[in-house]
Amino acid sequence: MLLDVQDLRVEFRTRDGIARAVNGVSYGVDAGETLAVLGESGSGKSVTAQAVMGILDTPPGRITGGRILFRGRDLLTLPEDARRAVRGAEMAMVFQDALSALNPVLTVGDQLAEMFTVHRGMSRRDARARAVELMDRVRIPAARQRAGQYPHQFSGGMRQRIMIAMAIALEPALIIADEPTTALDVTVQAQVMDLLAELRRETGTALVLITHDLGVVADVADRIAVMYAGRIVETAPVHDLYRAPAHPYTRGLLDSIPRLDRKGRELYAIKGLPPGLTALPAGCAFHPRCPRARDLCRTDEPPLFPVAGEGQVAGAGGDGRGAGDGGEARRAWDAGGAGGRRSACHFWRETLDDADISAAV
Amino acid sequence: MPEPYENPNEAVAPTGAGGAMDLAAGEARSLTAPERPASPVPGEPGITAPEGTGAPAGPAPGEPGGRPRSLRTDAWHQLRRNPVFLLSALLILFLVLISLWPQLIAGGDPLRCDLERSQEGSAPGHPFGYDTQGCDVYTRTVYGARASLTVGICATVGAALLGGLLGGAAGFFGGWWDALLSRIADVFFGIPVVLGGLVFLSVVTSDTVWPVVGFIVLLGWPQVARIARGSVLTAKEHDYVQAARALGAGPGRTLLRHVAPNAVAPVIVVATIALGTYIALEATLSFLGVGLRPPTVSWGIDISNAAPQIRNAPHMLLWPAGALSVTVLAFIMLGDAVRDALDPKLA
Amino acid sequence: MTPTSAPLSERAAEPVLEVRDLVKHYPLTGGGLIRRRTGAVRAVDGVSFRLGAGETLGVVGESGCGKSTLARLLVSLERPTAGQIRYRGEDITRLSGRALKAVRRNIQMVFQDPYTSLNPRMTVGDIVGEPYEIHPEVAPRGDRRRRVRELLEVVGLDPGHLNRYPHQFSGGQRQRIGIARGLALRPEIIVADEPVSALDVSVQAQVVNLLAGLQRRFGLAYVFIAHDLSVVRHISDRIGVMYLGRTVETGTDTQIYDHPTHPYTQALLSAVPVPDPAARDRRARILLSGDVPSPADPPSGCRFRTRCWKARERCAVEVPALAVPEAFRDGRTPARHPSACHFAEERRVVPAEGAA
Repeated sequence: MLLDVQDLRVEFRTRDGIARAVNGVSYGVDAGETLAVLGESGSGKSVTAQAVMGILDTPPGRITGGRILFRGRDLLTLPEDARRAVRGAEMAMVFQDALSALNPVLTVGDQLAEMFTVHRGMSRRDARARAVELMDRVRIPAARQRAGQYPHQFSGGMRQRIMIAMAIALEPALIIADEPTTALDVTVQAQVMDLLAELRRETGTALVLITHDLGVVADVADRIAVMYAGRIVETAPVHDLYRAPAHPYTRGLLDSIPRLDRKGRELYAIKGLPPGLTALPAGCAFHPRCPRARDLCRTDEPPLFPVAGEGQVAGAGGDGRGAGDGGEARRAWDAGGAGGRRSACHFWRETLDDADISAAV
Repeated sequence: MPEPYENPNEAVAPTGAGGAMDLAAGEARSLTAPERPASPVPGEPGITAPEGTGAPAGPAPGEPGGRPRSLRTDAWHQLRRNPVFLLSALLILFLVLISLWPQLIAGGDPLRCDLERSQEGSAPGHPFGYDTQGCDVYTRTVYGARASLTVGICATVGAALLGGLLGGAAGFFGGWWDALLSRIADVFFGIPVVLGGLVFLSVVTSDTVWPVVGFIVLLGWPQVARIARGSVLTAKEHDYVQAARALGAGPGRTLLRHVAPNAVAPVIVVATIALGTYIALEATLSFLGVGLRPPTVSWGIDISNAAPQIRNAPHMLLWPAGALSVTVLAFIMLGDAVRDALDPKLA
Repeated sequence: MTPTSAPLSERAAEPVLEVRDLVKHYPLTGGGLIRRRTGAVRAVDGVSFRLGAGETLGVVGESGCGKSTLARLLVSLERPTAGQIRYRGEDITRLSGRALKAVRRNIQMVFQDPYTSLNPRMTVGDIVGEPYEIHPEVAPRGDRRRRVRELLEVVGLDPGHLNRYPHQFSGGQRQRIGIARGLALRPEIIVADEPVSALDVSVQAQVVNLLAGLQRRFGLAYVFIAHDLSVVRHISDRIGVMYLGRTVETGTDTQIYDHPTHPYTQALLSAVPVPDPAARDRRARILLSGDVPSPADPPSGCRFRTRCWKARERCAVEVPALAVPEAFRDGRTPARHPSACHFAEERRVVPAEGAA
């Protein structure tokens, strides 16, 4: 496994108390795989990514537990200079707002070339040539001329391409893209997602795609991890999850988006609001909004149960290793339920069955 | 323009800010301490309202008592916990008290002097000693607060009102009025303070504080006007101003109800900080002999008189100069504290 | 959107709102001491439509297409450069003062950003009650408090929160406050400019349902402006697709989504990610090249031609009219709807629902 996040916990000190932004998140990404991390604002999806990249603002943030294994090394215990060497060269990040992520007083050519002079010790001349090559590669027209321009002279889509060029410059094994297309128009979004997918195919880079858009996920992801209130509530291969979600939150999300291909009647709306991170509900964090909540949900925090569905019996995979207890469960990740499905719901089986029924109707 | 919403920092940025005055912090609150959810709509089948989270309606967590806090109370909360504010506020309160009733702590008459005691050091009942004229330095220092504070406060109020009104109007109405005003402000900006004071005040013969106040207002308003113009321009762009216009609100209502309350904070901050510098400016002008004149008691005048004697009677200089420094510092500290409270980005 | 071609507006006896050849150009001025006009941003350049009572017109398009300017024109926040906006037959673009104020009671707006559309220094009660202060004739003073409570209840908020400030609410709740303010004067038309695009998915559904419920309850007509094509389809009876200040295609939701004839509409629809991984391989995506040209210097002829795969010489010379294309004029097909393309042809780009 290329990246293995284990039981990561992040807190923020706020005026209203300690905000527990990430509460024991575990996920893994294999080389060449695309994992989508889906969640609404405040779900902790970006904070997790920032912790992985090592760009979390501390303070107010603080990593209080867990490990981040990258190629077997725990990044959290690496000295800062070693960490810096990993950043950019082995893992890179694409941000949502390319305009503020690029330095406004340097030409894009210089910023791209800097990657090579700093990390690879190239001469300015060679680095410049590589920069133009990169711009060509992300299909920026007239790359040679445009390398001398400043970020504000590019359109939103072109700036995002430059961000991507910077991310792939040193051929990292992992790219983390945090809402890379959220600020873009749909036609431009399609271009950028297409470019990302193509580059990924060519280079075999693993991609962690952080997004709130269920459509984008369906288009590109291999696997998906759904986050809610700082935890992963469901993880599954993307086809399985859309066909039959095993968590009521995922189910609610899928039902609440209007569809392009049909005129819906009333949208299903998940009632209420996401919980505040300073005062998370006891038990399952989703229980106040959950139609399926019982007494058990108010007291017991559900672990990530392996999910078996579609004729398989739970435990046929790796259930023998025990569900949900920290490290063990994670190593059973791929071996979990059907295709590594897991759901943090006491009633995943019922949820799954319901979904099957509604899909069949 | 489509700008799909995603708070780029998620819960991160605002939570550490500590402030609660602006929208970013408001967002932080909604993330960190949820309000109680809205109640369901009774008898409204078509509307799926978010239902209660199971808990009965009650005070929201993180907000003791569920008592609504206005932005002003929020700022006050912030200020109360700021030691810089407390220290400067106490100092200023003391200064205001002694400038209103100097006899509270100084029984003597600042104008009763005894030449025999010229430049003598401290003596029982006269802790700061005597000046060249044989007047009691302690009494004069205490009485000097009145002139400094009067000039400082009047000049600040004048500059803030004039600058705020002109700058605000320039920002709100724009057009040629804005262009004209900005050019005039630039002209006043260009006047060197000391030179202007020497020229302007030397022709005035009045021995009240008003010419000095007028001069400071004249030089001070462009600074306030610039700030006011800028913050009105920012406030004017907000959607809530457009919303009011769409409802049919006239310019008067828009300005007073929506733009001004949201634009006034920076003006208050600049004015508070300026107060300190205006007091220093008064002392400078008095030192140069064009500000306040005897028999008015002023730190500037005393410093001016003491300056030639600094070698043989340093106490004459140190006490009024110290009082002046402490006063200026108190107001600048107050300004800083107010700014921090009103602007969470700096907190 | 010629009057004869929209079937729904024929049914509605008289449109509440009718827009004819609406144009808004923003002058570009050069620097220097004397400002001289160097050009114009053609934000809206000849838009026409009719809106029946209780009907929803969806307007979609990408950034820079002029849809937000259109919204501001409709609620008289801007004055058009040319064209007419008729409310119940009366042109409101030349109105001012009292007459304009009266019209404004009937056309209200809901804004995109719930964080900047509410005055942070006013309580919720004051915000929702402000319309009554501006139009005192609507509600007697003593009755206002009660009405505000009622409005809050209607939009699904606790009326007890009257004295709270906007920053104490979440994004979705703030949007409800904005909607309550828009409803206060009992308008006939609400212009909603991206009302849900700033909200999270789960909250977005709540607000969309609320808007739909309010429409049924109060018989409101909506002009619903958004870039999210799925939301627009969900809520709209008719849809207009805008590109660089012009309407390129208009029709009912089935006509536009299932039988688009304009290449831009086709590209736009095909680019929308569908939340169904099974559709991944079945979808034929049309990837447009390049970016939207600047509205200050739009291409000659058809504005879409610089990015269009069908563009020929004719497109550069002749501006295509928004009318039913000749090919479909006789048939009874759903493709028979106005489309501003010389080479319009039907192409299905949204995968059929549930084709497993």
